Amino acid sequence: MDFIDLLDPTAERDPVGRPLAPRGGEIRRIALLDIHKPRGDVFLDELELLLQAEGIDVARTAKPTFTKPAPADLRREIAESCDAVIEALAD
Amino acid sequence: MELVALVKHDCPTCDQLLPALTAAAQRGAPVRILSQSGERETSEQAARVGLTMIPELDVDLALSERLDPDAVPAVVLFDGGAETDRVEGLQRDRLIELFEAAGATLDAGDLPAMRPGCASVTRDPAVAAAIAARRARAEGRIRSRILRIGGLEDPVEALYDRGLTDGLPVVPPTPERVVAMLEHSARDPQDVVAVLPPYGGIATIEKVAVNAVMAGCAGPELPIVLAAVEAVGREDFALHGLLATTHPAGPVLVVSGPYVEQAGMRAEVNALGQGCRATLCTGRALQLTVRNVGGGRPGVEDRATHGSPAKVGFSFAERLDAGAPFGGLAQDRAGLAAEETGVTAFAGEAPRLVADQLARDPESLAASLAEGLEQVSSIRFRLAFDAMLVLGPEHGRVFREAGWSRAQLQLALHQASHRPAGEIVRGAGGIAEGLDPAWVTDPAFPVAKFASPDRILIAYAGGDAGLFSMVIGGWVSGEIGSAPQTARVEDWLRPGRS
Repeated sequence: MDFIDLLDPTAERDPVGRPLAPRGGEIRRIALLDIHKPRGDVFLDELELLLQAEGIDVARTAKPTFTKPAPADLRREIAESCDAVIEALAD
Repeated sequence: MELVALVKHDCPTCDQLLPALTAAAQRGAPVRILSQSGERETSEQAARVGLTMIPELDVDLALSERLDPDAVPAVVLFDGGAETDRVEGLQRDRLIELFEAAGATLDAGDLPAMRPGCASVTRDPAVAAAIAARRARAEGRIRSRILRIGGLEDPVEALYDRGLTDGLPVVPPTPERVVAMLEHSARDPQDVVAVLPPYGGIATIEKVAVNAVMAGCAGPELPIVLAAVEAVGREDFALHGLLATTHPAGPVLVVSGPYVEQAGMRAEVNALGQGCRATLCTGRALQLTVRNVGGGRPGVEDRATHGSPAKVGFSFAERLDAGAPFGGLAQDRAGLAAEETGVTAFAGEAPRLVADQLARDPESLAASLAEGLEQVSSIRFRLAFDAMLVLGPEHGRVFREAGWSRAQLQLALHQASHRPAGEIVRGAGGIAEGLDPAWVTDPAFPVAKFASPDRILIAYAGGDAGLFSMVIGGWVSGEIGSAPQTARVEDWLRPGRS
């Protein structure tokens, strides 16, 4: 036999291109995203102080629960009102 | 009127009839003679029986597929493209009739009155499967991209090398195997069962069947796997978080109802262990589907700190026989009828034992089992985690004989798993972990382990002997995490097989 044909078990999606957002603009406002893991707030409190000392405006945001992706509305709100986001990823 | 004759090279009856057929053709009879065999075999047969013409080849068995005879020689009479009569095997008088109907004669002087033919090549199981796969592709029932593996490659290794397995060997998903698998669902193979995270992969029935083949499933297991994919694909199951978490949980499947027996799952001895194909393969098929269709790969999207052997696949059947203390989990949770079968998906860990050898009354046994349930995740973690209790028959008997319902046992377990706040507050016993002291005003206040009694799922399975039950710890549960989901198997079955 010259070859064996098998069926592709994947969803056959082309990898989704995820280009980086444009860089180089001045960062004036940063969102700090709390995913609601224990002590994430402690880490973000410290970051907030450091950023404010640098003169950067900080927006505190949070996911409803760490177990699920951030709601689309929250992602849009951050994208529209902030220049960057820092996420306290896990405990 | 015209005639078509199908023969093959390794058929003594074809050998016997061919000289008369070719003689008739050479005299001008409107008959096409085609062989199901290859070019070389057909030529050798013609020489062997002394033909002066060589039969045509039925390329790709296209005509054989269309006429679908059980046996050859098969002589079929057509009138303007429509079949009006046929003879399979050698029936001298009937063949003479067919030729006369076509305005020709068959010189059948030396032929026997009757001789059975040989099985048509299309009745060879491997050939029949290939034809079925070809037809499924032509009709759009299978649409998956073909992965062409070299003839000298080992398909098991090739699939592993392409990152399409869970690390264990898989059954190569040939079109023939997948098409045979699809026979076990009534639905259009392109129906979408779920859209799976993390990359939003579309799990059609076909894609689930490809992964079920790879997992080692037999066909009757497919409807269970489809119901499982449906269940975990619902938003409230939170599969995205479950597959990405550092926690070792994965989807645990409990199959409840009569289809368990048809699928070959065994709910008795070693119900949660090895030895039963349907039990092992249904859970594995779900996890392979999640990996391949959703795209959640261990160490990449799946960030489990330890994982667990149960993440290869974890499925078991409920034992709903006369000894069961109450009805099935799916029936109780989702209102399924006793004659229906449900798959309940629960975000859970690997199971562990809770032994109690002495309790003979339900109150004592419930309190003892509650201690086992309290250990889920940490005895100090409260309200955030659900659990499943798999009652063994010797424990189940205690509740059955006492006439307890599932709800009654859930309530008793819930009540018995409260613990004074002072014992589990941060710092108690020299352990840093625990309740935030800000929440503790009265150290004697009993704090519940579970958010409510129905957060303790109770199933029933296992062998006759052993005063044991099993606890399966949950992941973050309810509205902030994963809520168990039940889907009906019959929705995915072929009508008449349910």
